[in-house]
Amino acid sequence: MTAPADDSSEGGHSEAERRLHERTRSDDAGTSPDEPETGTTPRGPERDLGVREQMPENTVAPVDPGGGAATFEVVGVREGMFGVDGTGDTSGYGGLRRPVVMPGATQRPFGGWFDEVADQLASGLRQTGTGDVVERVVVDRGEMTVHVRRGHLLATVRQLRDDAALRFEFCSGVSGVHYPGDRGRELHAVYHLLSMTHNRRLRLEVSVPDADPHIPSVVSVYPTADWHERETYDFFGIIFDGHPALTRIMMPDDWPGHPQRKDYPLGGIPVEYKGATIPPPDTRRAYS
Amino acid sequence: MTSTQDAERADPYAQQSDYRSGPVFTVTGQDWDSVVSGAAEHDSERVVVNMGPQHPSTHGVLRLILELEGETVTEARCGIGYLHTGIEKNMEYRNWVQGTTFCTRMDYLAPFHYEAAYARGVERLLGIEADIPDKALVMRVLLMELNRISSHLVAIATGGLEIGALTVMTIGFREREQCLDVFELITGLRMNHAFIRPGGVSQDLPHGALDKVGDFVSLMKKRLPEYAALCNANPIFKARLVDVGYLDLAGCLALGITGPVLRSTGYDWDLRKKQPYGGYEEYDFDVVTWDTADAYGRFRIRVEEMWQSLRIIEQCAQRLQGMEGEPVMIGDKKIGWPAQLAVGSDGMGNSLDHIRHIMGESMEALIHHFKLVTEGFRVPAGQAYGVVESPRGELACHVVSDGGTRPYRAHFRDPSFVNLQAAPAMSEGGQVADVIVAVASLDPVMGGVDR
Repeated sequence: MTAPADDSSEGGHSEAERRLHERTRSDDAGTSPDEPETGTTPRGPERDLGVREQMPENTVAPVDPGGGAATFEVVGVREGMFGVDGTGDTSGYGGLRRPVVMPGATQRPFGGWFDEVADQLASGLRQTGTGDVVERVVVDRGEMTVHVRRGHLLATVRQLRDDAALRFEFCSGVSGVHYPGDRGRELHAVYHLLSMTHNRRLRLEVSVPDADPHIPSVVSVYPTADWHERETYDFFGIIFDGHPALTRIMMPDDWPGHPQRKDYPLGGIPVEYKGATIPPPDTRRAYS
Repeated sequence: MTSTQDAERADPYAQQSDYRSGPVFTVTGQDWDSVVSGAAEHDSERVVVNMGPQHPSTHGVLRLILELEGETVTEARCGIGYLHTGIEKNMEYRNWVQGTTFCTRMDYLAPFHYEAAYARGVERLLGIEADIPDKALVMRVLLMELNRISSHLVAIATGGLEIGALTVMTIGFREREQCLDVFELITGLRMNHAFIRPGGVSQDLPHGALDKVGDFVSLMKKRLPEYAALCNANPIFKARLVDVGYLDLAGCLALGITGPVLRSTGYDWDLRKKQPYGGYEEYDFDVVTWDTADAYGRFRIRVEEMWQSLRIIEQCAQRLQGMEGEPVMIGDKKIGWPAQLAVGSDGMGNSLDHIRHIMGESMEALIHHFKLVTEGFRVPAGQAYGVVESPRGELACHVVSDGGTRPYRAHFRDPSFVNLQAAPAMSEGGQVADVIVAVASLDPVMGGVDR
């Protein structure tokens, strides 16, 4: 039940593919992925798309996450089976390419109190004159994630905290996730909110490009976010504008780089056996 | 020995620093007079004290930077990160089951809660929350409540040690050792158990475990009144704790504080009651609150919570009596570890029945065993938030999967980390000695803070 089955259900698959096209289009403005590729070797999702069209048996069946998520969000591509490239890979799985699909936007009705919160948030933000804030709402595995555009994050959390019908007065924490394959939205900051009044949990997710990793700080609304944002800055390099003192918190002040990012170089372990070394964990053979 | 640091006595392990703000004293004990006389020369009451990270009163490798006017703390800041070991990053390079062995080492005083939070997150991602065997759930509750007792015992013991109440320390660690003996019997280890795993728990209860649990409960029922007799009305104890480390409800919510600190404001927020998980709704227990919002109230809450945990443990033991032979791991063979290991005569954990099956009877079983052990299982892409009420408050694990055999990201919302943010709010304006009490009443565990 954990491995994706081989048979694909048509509806979800075409939806994932459509999103793949959209992403490709927005990334490479001008070239349509439907036309034959010319010139440079395509990287990432485009290449994957070609392979998948040739080998329909290799397509990934949309995994039903069980929460009614109707669409999928491609955030990367998984290649091969054993983490080995080139001639070292004798497994025969080297050409296998599968998109990494996260649950995408959920269609209404979300179910339970999710609709109520979404409506209340939308109407509240409309009253305060804030623009189009919510990118999409994902209801998955019984949890609600609201993807918010960073420009209006502060207005959104203030609304979530102060509106009596929402009243998410408690911020559990902020954590970062790095999706290097999610181009233009590599860094995600995830805010876990809790409403003790209504006994509800809500997750906010803000995505920013690696080239411009700025997110407004929510410390003025949730003072507890102080250390969480410092930690996320320390580990991911997301800069929280307006934070009272955005310094490293775990790593030493003069530490170069942000260790939790997927592209952070990992060290191997020198072992005293005929000059051999253990390679860094990300270059070892592993099931991918 | 005290000395004014100058170029000749430079620290060989640090670069030469340029101190502009005033003279620097290295205090090593028994030398307060020379510090006072040295400070008197400069005619200033303002002293910046660097307390820790190696200091017996800071509850671990916590560095406190205190700005003092005389004996009054005007500003307090925490320096953390001295115990950062990159556990979350390490988890990304091990499979989903192996992640348990990492997160159990975060907060070494509450390992079962970390395993449970992680397991809950992974189980939600897998969509198997409803399929966990009852016996595994009861065993989880049993272990978590035993762990709550052992953790609160250390909180009270080290809190006592830090204010000089040595007997509180010795009796606290005496009882904790009994609790760890129970852990050792059930899991094989005193700490770092890796026992609660996605899908259930790794082992069935060993022979005689419930008797041992029963002995521990009756021992605690005799010993817990000692804490009350020793501390509750002790004038010295009360003088140190009452009205110290005050933080009201609004402060707690703004700073994200949960656990006994939040409950000491009178708010009965306990996830075991408010958002029951893992079968907690089936147990009869009370949420303990206090209304003084100070260190004394938190002490009383911890002692009373141990009584409540004993109640839950008794109910668990009773239920486990009738569950002999029931499975403790999910039936799905793609997730559950196939073997029930036992310690053999060679001291190694193995299962002779299972070895006979995979080596002599079924090639498919061997292949399956190999795949599950080396590759592990795949978890459908998505993210989940597994929450439990740890002894220190809301403990949550935000797990993200990309559909692979290893966690794409596992982030722990550690209650010690969050609660420590309240240390300045609790100690500024008070005396230096009260800082120790305030931090001890937060009960941060630095292994969890720094991860």
